[in-house]
Amino acid sequence: MLKDKILSSYLAFENNSGLDMDSPVRNIRKNALDQFESVGFPTKSIEEWKYTSLKELLKNDYKILKQAQNEIDTKLVKPFLLKGIESYKLVFLNGVYQPQVSETSHDGMDICILSSAMQNTKYKIVFDHYFNTIASKTDGLTSLNTAFIQEGAFIHIPKGVVVSKPIEILYLTTGKDSDVMVQPRNLVIVDENAYVQIVERHQSLTVQKVFSNSVTEIITHKRAILEWYKVQNDHLLSSLIDSTYVVQKEQSVVSMFTFSFGGDLVRNNMHVYHEGEHITSNLNGISMLHGTQHVDHQTNIYHQQPNCESHELYKGIFDEQSTGVFNGKVIVSKEAQKTDAYQQNDNILLTDEATINAKPQLEIFADDVKCSHGCTVGQLDKNALFYMRQRGIPAKEAQALLLYAFTDQVVNRIKIPALKDWITRNISEKLGVQLEIEL
Amino acid sequence: MLKIKNLHASINGKEILKGINLEVKNGEVHAIMGPNGSGKTTLSSVIAGREDYEVTEGEINLNEVDLLELAPEERAHKGVFMSFQYPVAIPGVTVTNFIKTALNAKRKAAGIEDMPAVEMLKMIREKSELLELDKKFLSRSLNDGFSGGEKKRNEIFQMAMLEPKLAILDETDSGLDIDALKTVANGVNKLKNKDNAVIVITHYQRLLDYIVPDFVHVLKDGKIIKSGGKELAFELEAKGYDWLK
Repeated sequence: MLKDKILSSYLAFENNSGLDMDSPVRNIRKNALDQFESVGFPTKSIEEWKYTSLKELLKNDYKILKQAQNEIDTKLVKPFLLKGIESYKLVFLNGVYQPQVSETSHDGMDICILSSAMQNTKYKIVFDHYFNTIASKTDGLTSLNTAFIQEGAFIHIPKGVVVSKPIEILYLTTGKDSDVMVQPRNLVIVDENAYVQIVERHQSLTVQKVFSNSVTEIITHKRAILEWYKVQNDHLLSSLIDSTYVVQKEQSVVSMFTFSFGGDLVRNNMHVYHEGEHITSNLNGISMLHGTQHVDHQTNIYHQQPNCESHELYKGIFDEQSTGVFNGKVIVSKEAQKTDAYQQNDNILLTDEATINAKPQLEIFADDVKCSHGCTVGQLDKNALFYMRQRGIPAKEAQALLLYAFTDQVVNRIKIPALKDWITRNISEKLGVQLEIEL
Repeated sequence: MLKIKNLHASINGKEILKGINLEVKNGEVHAIMGPNGSGKTTLSSVIAGREDYEVTEGEINLNEVDLLELAPEERAHKGVFMSFQYPVAIPGVTVTNFIKTALNAKRKAAGIEDMPAVEMLKMIREKSELLELDKKFLSRSLNDGFSGGEKKRNEIFQMAMLEPKLAILDETDSGLDIDALKTVANGVNKLKNKDNAVIVITHYQRLLDYIVPDFVHVLKDGKIIKSGGKELAFELEAKGYDWLK
C-alpha cells in the first residue's frame, strides 16, 4: 500500500534531509507525518471527495524519495516557459532544483528556493514566521506534503516592490523506469503595496505515471496585489493534487487563474481567508477536457471581515467521457457585513457521456450581504451554430468559435500577454482549428 | 437562378410548407408576404438549410445545383445568404473577426487563398461606410448588446461582404425605426445588380417602399396563393390578407 510505503520511507528521508537537528522544520514534519498516519488519504466517504476517487491513483508503485541529481538543459525546459518575455524562473526536476535553467533574484526581493530559506539565517526569520501557518494541519494530503517538505519556491516581495517581470515556477518530472511521486511546496509572501505575477506549471517529460501532491502557502499584506496563473496541461498519465492556501490582509487583491487542460486526474483545493477589510479575491478557471480526464475544483472562500469582495468565474468544456466537479463554497461569518460574493460556473457538455457535478455552497451568517451564484450546464447553442454555418463557417469551426467565445471572458482577464497568447493558442489547438483571433 | 418545385416541409411531424413553387431569376427582387404562421420563416430556413426542418417532398435548385443535398455552410458557399430576423449574439468574437472567418471560409471552399489583410481591411471599411457603421462598432462582440437597428445593419454589412447570389431578408424591417430602415434598404439597393437576386420576406408593405419588388407573392397556410407585381403589396396593405382565399 502506498501509505505504508510512504510511512516506512520517512526515516530515510529525515536522515538524509541535511537539516540542523534543532531546526523547527523537523518538528513540523514529524507532526505532519503523525497526522497523515492517522487520517491517511481521503476517500469517497468524505463529502468533499464524493466525486473524486484516488483509489486508482494510489495503486501505482511510485518512487517516493528524490532521485539522484539529474540535470536538465535549456532546450528541454524551453517549451514549458513563456515565450518572448523576460521572467524569473524557478525550475525543479523530480523535486531537485535546477539552477542552470533558473533565474533567481536577491536584489531587493527574494525569489529563490525553499531549501535555502529553511537553513540560511538571512531568510530563516521570515521562513519560520510564515511557514506552515496558513496550510491545513489536519488535511491528510497537505500533511503528507508537509511531512516530506524539502524543496520548492520561496518568494518574498518586500514592501512597495513592484516586480517588473513574471515569476515562472516549473515543476518537471521524469521517470526512467518507475512512476514518480513528488511533493512540491511553495511559500509566497507579498508585503504591503507590493505587486507580483506568478505562473505555476507542473509538467512531466516522460510518459511515466506521475502523482504530484503540491501545496502552496500565500500571504498578501495590506494593499498587495498578486496574480497567480496555474497552467495544468500535463500528459494523460499525470495526476495533480494542488492545495493552495491564501491569507489576505486588508485591501489586498488576489487573482487566481486555473487552466486545466491536461492530466489524468486534477484536483484543485483552493482556500482563501480574509483577514482584513476591503479585500478582493478573484478566482477564475477554464477546464477543457476530453477522453477520461477528470478535473475537480474545490473553492473555499472564508469571508471573515466586513466590506470584502469575492468573484468566482469557472468555465468548463467537457468532451468524450471526461468528468468535472465544481464545488464552490463561500462562508460568510457574522462579522462579515457588506460582503459582496459572486460565483458563476458555466459548463458545456459536448457528448452524452461527459459529466459535470456542480455544487454552489453558500453559508451565510451575516444579514447585510450581497451573495449570488449561478450555475449552467448545457450544450452548444444550436441557433448560434446555424447562424455561423449560414455565413459559410463549417460546422467544426463554428463549434470551435463558439467554444472559444465561451472561454473568452476568462481569457480576457489574463494580464500577461505572452500567457494570454499561449492560452489562446492552446484552446484553439484543443478545438482542432486555426481560429482567426486577434490578440 | 432559384427554382423551387412543389416544396413540402415539416417540423416535428407538423407540415408547414404544403407545395411551394417559386422561380427567381437573376436581377429580380421578390417579396414574400403573408400573415403570421403562414410559413414565411420556414421557407427561408429551409432554403438556408436549417436542420430542424424536414423536407418531405420537392426540390430547391440554385443555378442547377440541388441545395437540399448540401449543408448550410455549403449552401452559403454557393451564394445563399439569409439575413436573420433574430441574429445570434456571440460574445468574444468581434464583428471584424467573424466576417473575416466567414469570408475566408467561403474563399477556402472555392479554392482561393485567404484574402490579404490590407485588402480585407479596405473592403471592411468600404462596406461598413455603406451601412453607416463606425469603426468602434466593428470591434464589438458580434450582436452582443446590439440594438435592433445595429443588428439588422450588421446583417446587411455581412451580406455586403459576402456578396451572395441569392439574399433572403427575413423580416429585416421588424424592430427598425424609419431611419434605420432607410439605411438598411439603401444598403440592399446598392448591392443589387443584374447577376444577383433578393427575396424580401415581410409582414408589412413598409419595407417595400424602399426595396421595390418586381414580384410579390402571398404565402398563406404553407402555399403561395397569389402572385403579382408590386401593386399587390399596396392592395394587401389596404385590405389585409383575409380577402384572399
